[in-house]
Amino acid sequence: MPKLTMVQAINLALQQEMAKDDRVLILGEDVGVDGGVFRVTEGLQDAFGPTRVLDTPLAESAILGTAIGMAVAGLRPVAEMQFSGFSYLMVHQWEGNATRMRSRTQGQHTCPLVVRMPYGGGVRALEHHSESREAVYAHIPGGKVVIPSGPRNARALLVAAIRDPDPVVFMEPKHSYRSFREEVPEAEEVMPIGQAQVVQPGSDLTVVAWGAMMRPLLKAVEQVGGETGASIEVIDLLTVSPLDSATICDSVRRTGRCVVVQEAPRSFGVASEIIARLNDEVLLYLEAPVKRLTGYDVVTPYFGREKAYIPPLPRIVRGLRETLAF
Amino acid sequence: MPRKTLAEFTVEFLQILDEDGNFDADLEPDLPPAELLRLYRGMVRARELDQRMLKLQRQGRIGTFGPCTGQEAPSAAAALAMQKDDWFVGAFRELSGRLLRGEPLTNPLYYYNGWEEGNVQPPEVGRRMLPLAVVVASQVPQAAGLGYAVKYRGEQSAVVCFLGDGATSEGDFHEGLNFAAVWQAPVVFVSQNNQWAISIPRAQQTRSRTLAQKGIAYEIPCLQVDGNDPLACYAAIKEGLDRARAGGGPTLIEAVTYRLLMHTTADDPRKYRDEAEEQEWWRKEPLLRFRKYLEAKRLWDEARENALRDEVRAEVDAAVATFEETAPWPPDRPFEHVFARSEPHLDQQRREFLAGLKEDADA
Ligand SMILES: Cc1ncc(C[n+]2csc(CCOP(=O)(O)OP(=O)(O)O)c2C)c(N)n1
Ligand SMILES: [Mg+2]
Repeated sequence: MPKLTMVQAINLALQQEMAKDDRVLILGEDVGVDGGVFRVTEGLQDAFGPTRVLDTPLAESAILGTAIGMAVAGLRPVAEMQFSGFSYLMVHQWEGNATRMRSRTQGQHTCPLVVRMPYGGGVRALEHHSESREAVYAHIPGGKVVIPSGPRNARALLVAAIRDPDPVVFMEPKHSYRSFREEVPEAEEVMPIGQAQVVQPGSDLTVVAWGAMMRPLLKAVEQVGGETGASIEVIDLLTVSPLDSATICDSVRRTGRCVVVQEAPRSFGVASEIIARLNDEVLLYLEAPVKRLTGYDVVTPYFGREKAYIPPLPRIVRGLRETLAF
Repeated sequence: MPRKTLAEFTVEFLQILDEDGNFDADLEPDLPPAELLRLYRGMVRARELDQRMLKLQRQGRIGTFGPCTGQEAPSAAAALAMQKDDWFVGAFRELSGRLLRGEPLTNPLYYYNGWEEGNVQPPEVGRRMLPLAVVVASQVPQAAGLGYAVKYRGEQSAVVCFLGDGATSEGDFHEGLNFAAVWQAPVVFVSQNNQWAISIPRAQQTRSRTLAQKGIAYEIPCLQVDGNDPLACYAAIKEGLDRARAGGGPTLIEAVTYRLLMHTTADDPRKYRDEAEEQEWWRKEPLLRFRKYLEAKRLWDEARENALRDEVRAEVDAAVATFEETAPWPPDRPFEHVFARSEPHLDQQRREFLAGLKEDADA
């Protein structure tokens, strides 16, 4: 199996889905000739031509708005937002139309489209290029939010997102775009949306994360597990919304302890929602308060300071130890 | 019934100084020698800092940035035409104008090395200047609002707002222009048409033959100028400002220029454009021709050029030294200025953050 970066794996998913289904097309800023500013769509315009890989004018609202029209008319557009930080210019199309086309027309029209966007910090980028705002999209009913953590699941989840009958925001942790490779099978692989994955079983503590936080979390788990002998179950969320409560609650029912690690600011986020679900379902099984290790409720710091603000390894390690020792 | 013509429109182009240094004496703006020299010096300072930042970026001493080389004329000319109380609203390629408005050379260095402190201007400078607009075109309606405010308060001041060619595709551009026109806000919008929006050439951005004509739809007086001709830029912006101050509302100027370097240091233009095109535009760049103009006016010669370059380079050296001695600032500053007054949850998070840093240091 070839070892691919996440960028290459996403490219593979796009290329294979386009080859298979001529309803699939790509639109966005600099996605064609340039191959995208992160090279995710590299080579696709050469392969499929400019009518299927569209370099659009610079207008996020129109990118999603036109994608909605295409989707309603039977195409399967995959739109790119150059950075999630500029996706807010399309939010009104998402909130007001994409996510409610189905319900407004009682199923007569649907909106099967994907909006891909790199998100998150840690790459020394300019302001507005490092935010982690999955909660913004997760809060809006009718749209799904998928966040892969590695090349292999990125590929398999994007295929599922393209085939999904509803609109999906596909948030790509840009910190993981090229930082590591994984074996990705050439043959088709699809992972279900809405299902979290237990990437390591354990019995003493459940830890949950998604996207770029999975790598430091796995390191912390190894370190704390080695130190304390604790058996730690690791869950990769993969889909933020709809949230797979069952997998998380089943795990916590067994372990009695849980830590959620989130790059985004602390308040009103995905970690809060996970805790609320645990509260609903497994409160009486808990042996320790559920801990959130998160960013802070401040405007995302410029990169001179960002390292200390994205939950760093030592902070995660301390958090796991505390919850185990509670 | 026959159709009638309801309106007809024209779009004018203004050039005063061409790339070979020829100039039209009838159109020459009335600028005293000291001001002409200030304009040239302002452009040279921006060019020297830009070039130094490229080197620093390659050496990993600053982060990603978008060079301004070749686009020194429009915003420098604006700074010259503006009054002290006018608002300067940039996109992100107005280094020369910002420096001429008094921004310290160290600010871009801090900013592009990931420090919010780079946005903090000396009070007199920052008073009437917004920080860079990274979110493309978001500054356009803001400028209309600034214009409304100064008019509301009965000030004689006006606003100059810069944007790119790509920015004219955003809804914010059209919404902002429309508001400015409806309110007759005193704003001069300057679109620096540098022919590219990252990899998208101007012709693919819009079918309009000029960007200037986009003002016509909003009944905004518009003009296309040679954006590498500092005199034409000055004359056009001055005319717009005079109109604004006289109650004549907004103006849209398209300054035709060229992004000589990469979009940002993270970009590779070889993916999408020919080097030959760049070479062609290097011949037309603004510093060369303005130097010729100054020489023709007997205000400049080789010795003065060398002295200026030496002086500016020393100034840039000093700024880089200060920059490298200053950073880093306190790690918990992001907790300040979230709100006018802090909030209990932020205070608590800040204590937790600092305690964590201490534990990391002790570990
Ligand atoms: C709303 C928004 N969308 C996308 C981007 C990413 N981006 C930064 S600059 C740029 C191109 C801007 O082109 P133009 O307006 O011509 O300005 P130039 O860079 O040429 O000066 C893009 C797409 C952004 N910063 N803001
Ligand atoms: Mg441009």
